Amino acid sequence: MKKDKSRRSLLKNISLASFAALAATGCNMKELEEFFQRNFRTLSDKEKDDIINNLEQKYKEKYDKEFQVSAQAAMDQVEFAYALDLSRCVGCRKCVYACVGENNQSRSPQIHWIQVLQMEKEKGIDFAHSDVHYNPEKVPEKGHFYLPVACQQCQNPQCTTVCPVKATWQEPDGIVVVDYNWCIGCRYCMAACPYGARHFNWGEPEIPAEELNTDMHYLGNRPRMKGVVEKCTFCIQRVRKGKYPSCVEVCPVGARKFGNLLDPESEIRYILENKRVLVLKEELNTQPRFYYFFGV
Amino acid sequence: MNFIRFINGSIKLILQGSKAYYAWLFFLVALALWGGFGYIDQLQDGLITTNMRDSVSWAFYIGNFTFLVGIAAAAIMLVIPAYIYDWKPIKEIVIFGELLAVCAVIMCIAFIVVDIGNPMRFWHMLPLVGTMNFPYSMLSWDFFFLLAYLIINLTVVTHLLYSIFHKKEYNKKVVQVIVLISIPMAVGIHTVTAFLYNALPARPFWNSALLAPRFLASAFCSGPAILLILFQILRKITKFEIKDKAIWTIAELMVYAMFIYLFFTIAELFKEFYSGTEHILYWKYLLFGIGDSKEIVPYSWSSIIMGFIAFVLFLIPKTRKNFVTLNIGAVLIYASVYVEKGIALIIPGFTPDVLGQIYVYTPSITEIRTAAMIFSLGFLLFTFLVKIAIAIVFENYNISDIIKKEKSVKSEMSTI
Ligand code: SF4
Ligand code: SF4
Repeated sequence: MKKDKSRRSLLKNISLASFAALAATGCNMKELEEFFQRNFRTLSDKEKDDIINNLEQKYKEKYDKEFQVSAQAAMDQVEFAYALDLSRCVGCRKCVYACVGENNQSRSPQIHWIQVLQMEKEKGIDFAHSDVHYNPEKVPEKGHFYLPVACQQCQNPQCTTVCPVKATWQEPDGIVVVDYNWCIGCRYCMAACPYGARHFNWGEPEIPAEELNTDMHYLGNRPRMKGVVEKCTFCIQRVRKGKYPSCVEVCPVGARKFGNLLDPESEIRYILENKRVLVLKEELNTQPRFYYFFGV
Repeated sequence: MNFIRFINGSIKLILQGSKAYYAWLFFLVALALWGGFGYIDQLQDGLITTNMRDSVSWAFYIGNFTFLVGIAAAAIMLVIPAYIYDWKPIKEIVIFGELLAVCAVIMCIAFIVVDIGNPMRFWHMLPLVGTMNFPYSMLSWDFFFLLAYLIINLTVVTHLLYSIFHKKEYNKKVVQVIVLISIPMAVGIHTVTAFLYNALPARPFWNSALLAPRFLASAFCSGPAILLILFQILRKITKFEIKDKAIWTIAELMVYAMFIYLFFTIAELFKEFYSGTEHILYWKYLLFGIGDSKEIVPYSWSSIIMGFIAFVLFLIPKTRKNFVTLNIGAVLIYASVYVEKGIALIIPGFTPDVLGQIYVYTPSITEIRTAAMIFSLGFLLFTFLVKIAIAIVFENYNISDIIKKEKSVKSEMSTI
């Protein structure tokens, strides 16, 4: 009897102590809940709703703005694909900055999901002789062409295979996403991706509150935290609502095409049918859903 | 009660020693503090305090991890020749080898913890509570192999020491079986770690079938080097009797390992340079630099030169059997493999990066300090464990003596 009592008081003491410790570290119940949150794919709809409500609340407190965070699932009979006209692209990097704004990428440290490579016409597609840091007064530069690269949304993605915790996966509509609350930041996926499409939050991401895009998707452009990986999602928050990705809309020369592979009437199917396309590093068998072609 | 006695006694043990011992402890503690304060920066600001960036997303930490996996593996593989050549103090060799392996694995895990962005989410990797990506991710494999290896070695070495401490016979059969299991496991952890890199078609520098064999060969150069020196120290200060011949045999085996490593590397280089495909770029970056980016070249050549001198010193019987040159060789080969694993293996895998861009990486001061912290704490742990093990194995530190002493103290007290 006595023993039992002392044990109970011991337990009580421990829990009191841990509460005190938590309070001391400024940890509240919400954060604790977030810490114990499970992998997004194992959650029920109800749990997802709760999490999203909490998130909207949290962002509101943090940025003093209204946010819509969606967890909209993939639609049936949709498989997205992208095509980019290499003969049109002028290397203006408008897509790069539209993407940064749309997808709430950190301004400092700087993260760009799209990298535009300047290549020498004489060498063809040759990464070893390409340059991402080109900076002339006017583009296009003589003797060069431009090849923008972002996530190729591979049909056989190597990044998802290697992730030790299943924090990144391919959705039924072909978009490869990351659960930022589940990623442990081991960066194995970055080593595995052949296209440099994955980016790491090396420091606390900074975005000015007034520049935040408030239209968000849980698996897409919601603000990320320090120490997790992020990548292009074809603007999942837009395309699942039937809009074009931001980069497609902003491109001044119309080099970017996007659509549903399963829809015979789509522009993407038209390009596959009538233009000759190529994919990058086909020898690696990643089978990209991102095609390059020469429109003229 | 006995356990508390053991802990008390051991604490006393590790706090006593010669001047040299205190100097060594002081050195390690100072280094750990210096390193620890560097690591605090990283904890606050994130991995931005390292020089890793998206292009070179793994670097010095994971290199250290790889090096230590090699140490952990080689420490146990040394048991094979001990059996084959029937060196007398086989039990002792097993004990010290396993202690080294245990410390090395703990340091490995520490390097992973400092390398990942969210160490608190470590539990996501576990089965049941997390979503482990087994068997697809080589990282889950590696994690489980390392854990199993740690548990096996810890079991054997605690069982051995515990039995001696209690003056009981240890269970020879079981120990022998477990040691025999741990040998292929040692090969296993290192192979799996090599596969971690090997399995990435995106990185041609690692995507070579020779990577795992080269790993093993180089581990067999560096791992025994520590034990070689440790055995000599033990021989001086304890009753540990290892013959000169056994030490020379270890050195001889290390020469074979170095030779095999050299051969594999030459085979690799021949293929790359003779076929002269694009993949040659990574080797070029490592050995000569590309354009103005030559920052990594001193690392690779210092590793090559140190390794080469060690090879020569170990190869010539005269210098191999001279303990001064032998020890110089051991230190050199250890350093050589350390630089090779820490820098030369990882960095060219990422430079040029997958899009052909060159980001010049060399470790930041935070990375160096964090590594210094882990190494000094690891060595501190190893020193303490070895100290206790020495007392148990050679100095008759055992439970009945402790109890006797306690009794005599008590009786003295009562007579007063
Ligand atoms: S491009 Fe890279 S990140 Fe995108 S799906 Fe393919 S492997 Fe994964
Ligand atoms: S960094 Fe995150 S998403 Fe990438 S492999 Fe590691 S846990 Fe998975």
